[in-house]
Amino acid sequence: MSEYNFDYLDELEAEAIHILREVAGQFEKPALLFSGGKDSITLVRLAEKAFRPGKFPFPLVHIDTGHNFEETIKYRDEMVARIGEKLIIGSVQQSINEGKAIEQTGKNASRNALQTVTLLDTILEHKFDACIGGARRDEEKARAKERIFSVRDEFGQWDPKRQRPELWNIYNGKIHKGENVRVFPISNWTELDVWNYIRRENIALPSIYFAHQRDCITRNGQLMAASPFLNMDDDDIVVSKKVRFRTVGDMSCTAAVESDADLIDDIIQEISESKISERGARMDDKVSEAAMEDRKKGGYF
Amino acid sequence: MNILKFFTAGSVDDGKSTLIGRLLYDTDSILADQLEALQTSNRKNDDGTIDLAILTDGLRAEREQGITIDVAYKYFQTEKRKFIIADTPGHIQYTRNMVTGASTASLAIILIDARNGVVEQTIRHSYLVSLLGIKHVVVAVNKMDMMDYSETVFDAIKEKYKALAQNLNLKDVSYIPVSALKGDNIVQKSERMAWFEGESLLHFLEQVDTDLQDKTTQARMPVQWVIRPQTDQLHDYRGYAGRVLSGTFKVNDRITVLPAGTNSTISKIEFFGNELSQAQAGQSVVIHLKDNIDISRGDTIVNSSALPIESKLIEADLCWMDGRALDSSITYLLQHNSKTTKCKISEILYKVDINTLEKHATEEFRLNDIGRVIVKTADALAFDLYGDNKANGSAILIDARTNLTVGALMFRASVE
Repeated sequence: MSEYNFDYLDELEAEAIHILREVAGQFEKPALLFSGGKDSITLVRLAEKAFRPGKFPFPLVHIDTGHNFEETIKYRDEMVARIGEKLIIGSVQQSINEGKAIEQTGKNASRNALQTVTLLDTILEHKFDACIGGARRDEEKARAKERIFSVRDEFGQWDPKRQRPELWNIYNGKIHKGENVRVFPISNWTELDVWNYIRRENIALPSIYFAHQRDCITRNGQLMAASPFLNMDDDDIVVSKKVRFRTVGDMSCTAAVESDADLIDDIIQEISESKISERGARMDDKVSEAAMEDRKKGGYF
Repeated sequence: MNILKFFTAGSVDDGKSTLIGRLLYDTDSILADQLEALQTSNRKNDDGTIDLAILTDGLRAEREQGITIDVAYKYFQTEKRKFIIADTPGHIQYTRNMVTGASTASLAIILIDARNGVVEQTIRHSYLVSLLGIKHVVVAVNKMDMMDYSETVFDAIKEKYKALAQNLNLKDVSYIPVSALKGDNIVQKSERMAWFEGESLLHFLEQVDTDLQDKTTQARMPVQWVIRPQTDQLHDYRGYAGRVLSGTFKVNDRITVLPAGTNSTISKIEFFGNELSQAQAGQSVVIHLKDNIDISRGDTIVNSSALPIESKLIEADLCWMDGRALDSSITYLLQHNSKTTKCKISEILYKVDINTLEKHATEEFRLNDIGRVIVKTADALAFDLYGDNKANGSAILIDARTNLTVGALMFRASVE
C-alpha cells in the first residue's frame, strides 16, 4: 500500500468522526438530527465511517414541518431502509394540533420557527442529552462563534456569553439534568467542502439539489417553489423555471436559484463561482443582522 | 492541499479584525450577500470605505461595543491551501478566549501597531503563544501607512521583538510590515515598501509547514469507542475506534494498552471496511489486536517502544478560565483525551504576571490567571510532556458543581 495521502477532506472527515465518537462515548441518549439536507446526509455518511460495522449509537431524528419537498421524504425513507438505523419523527403538525405551536399567517408565513417547539418537545419526550446537527461555522456569523459542543439549557437556549472554552480537541460534554448539548461535527467545513466530499464519496442526494423544471414565484426578490404551503395571492405570478436548491428546508422558507447544473461537477463549479452565499437563499436569515443569533438563543438548531 | 489553522493576536486598535477582513476580502472570500450586509451596515472607516472589521464581529454585543469578545472562526482558501482563522479577542479580560483559539492553531500572527511598537499586550500575547507551544509566529507590524512606510520604524520594532522572542524561547519568528487598512503586503507585495525583501503575509501562510507534518515516534491512540456488532456474522468482531493523536501505527506493531500495561500486536487497521497498512497522526481509524484483552473507552493504545509517562502527580501550567476562583480544597474532574478522572490542585507553585513575565508566589488563582501547579489525579494518567506532544500533553479541568470547563492544563513534568 502506498503512503497515505492525507488531504484536507481526510482531515475534516477524521475530525468529524472523532467528534461523533466522543458523542457516543460521553452521552447516554444522543440523537442525530436529520433534515434530509446535504449536511445531515453528510453526517450520516460520517456516522457510518465512525461506527460500522456496528450500529449507530443513536437514532436519526427528523423534525418534520409537514411542508416538505416530497423528494426529501422519499430520499429519507429510502436512506433509512438502506442503512438500517432507527428514525424518530417529530411532527410540527402535531405540535400545532396540540396547541403548542400556532401556525403563522400572512404572506411570508412559514413553519420554520415552529420547528423549535417540536424539536424541544422531541428532545424532552425521548430524554435526548445530545443532538448532533449539520450546522457549519461558515454559514453565518453567529454560528462562526459557536462551539462544537454547544450546551443548551432546559429551554434549549444558547447563551453566547457563557460558552465553555473549547480547547485542543477535548470536548466537555458534562451537563446537568434537563440540559442538552448540540454537537456540530462539521463546524469546520465550508459549503464547498461538503460538496467536494459528497462528490468524492459518491453520496446520493435528493433530486431537488440538481437543476430541474419547477413552477416558481418571486417573493422578496427570491425564487420560491409554488406550493400549497405558500400563501399565494393574485399578485404572485407562477413561472416555470429551471432551478435547483442550495439548501433544503421547509418549502415555505427555502429559495431556489436558477441553474442548469444537473451534475455534481456543475454544482461545484457553480458554487465556486457563486457570488451569493448559501444562507442568502434563506428567507429566515434576512429579518435582521442578528436573526440567527436570536433564533439560536431561543433554542433553534 | 492541506489546512493551516492560525490565530491572530492583537486588539481592535491594532487593526486585527481589519487584517482578517482584508485577507478575506482580497482573496475573494466575501460573498455578495455578506458584502451587501456590510454595505448596509452603518460602520464605515473615516474615508468612507467599508469597515472590514464588521466581517468578524458576530455577536450583537460585539457589534454594539465594537470589540471582539469570543473566538470567531473564519474560513478561506487559495489555490494552494485552506485556512481556518481563529479570530481571538486581545483584551486581557478575554485571555481565556485567546487561549481557546490558540490551542488548535499551528501559527500565530502577532499584530503590532507600528506607531506604538512592542507594548505590554505584545508581551502578553507572545507569552501565550510560547505557553501554548505555537510552532510558527508571524509578527505583522501594522499601520505602516501611518508611519510613512518607514524601514527604520520596522527595523526598530523587529530588533525589540527579537529580544522578547529569545526570552520566550520562540524559535520560528518571521516579520512582515503591513497595512491592513490599505492592503500593503497582505495578499500582494507592497510597492510602497520596496525595501522589504520578504513575502506578503498570504504568500507566507501558503508555504509554512503545518503541525500534521510533525514526525514523532510517540504513537498514541486513545480509545474512544469499542465497536462490537455482536451479530451472527461478526460474532467475534472487536475493533477499537479512535483518532491517532501522534506518531504512526503499523500492522504488526507491538503495542501497549495503558493504564493496564497489557502488551499485544496490531492485527489489522481498518477504516470503513478498508484495511490500511498504517495509521498516522490525525487519522480516525479502527484498530484490531491479536490478543483478546479488556480495553474500554479511556484506555490509550501506544507503541511499546516509546512509552508515555505514567503518573498521578503532575507538574503543569494552568490557565484558569472561570469566574469562580480555583479552590484547592475541592475535587475537580480532569479530562485528558477520552479519559476523565478526579483530581485536586495540590499546590500552586507560582503565578505569572503575563504583562511583565514575572513569577509570583500566590495562594489565589482567578479568571485568566496563568501559572504552574501540581495536579494530583485519582487515576494515573498516561501522558507526554506538552512540549514534546501537545495532543497527549494537554487536559482540561471541569468543575463538577457547574460542569463548566474551568482550566486548561499543559503537562510539564512528572513529580517523583
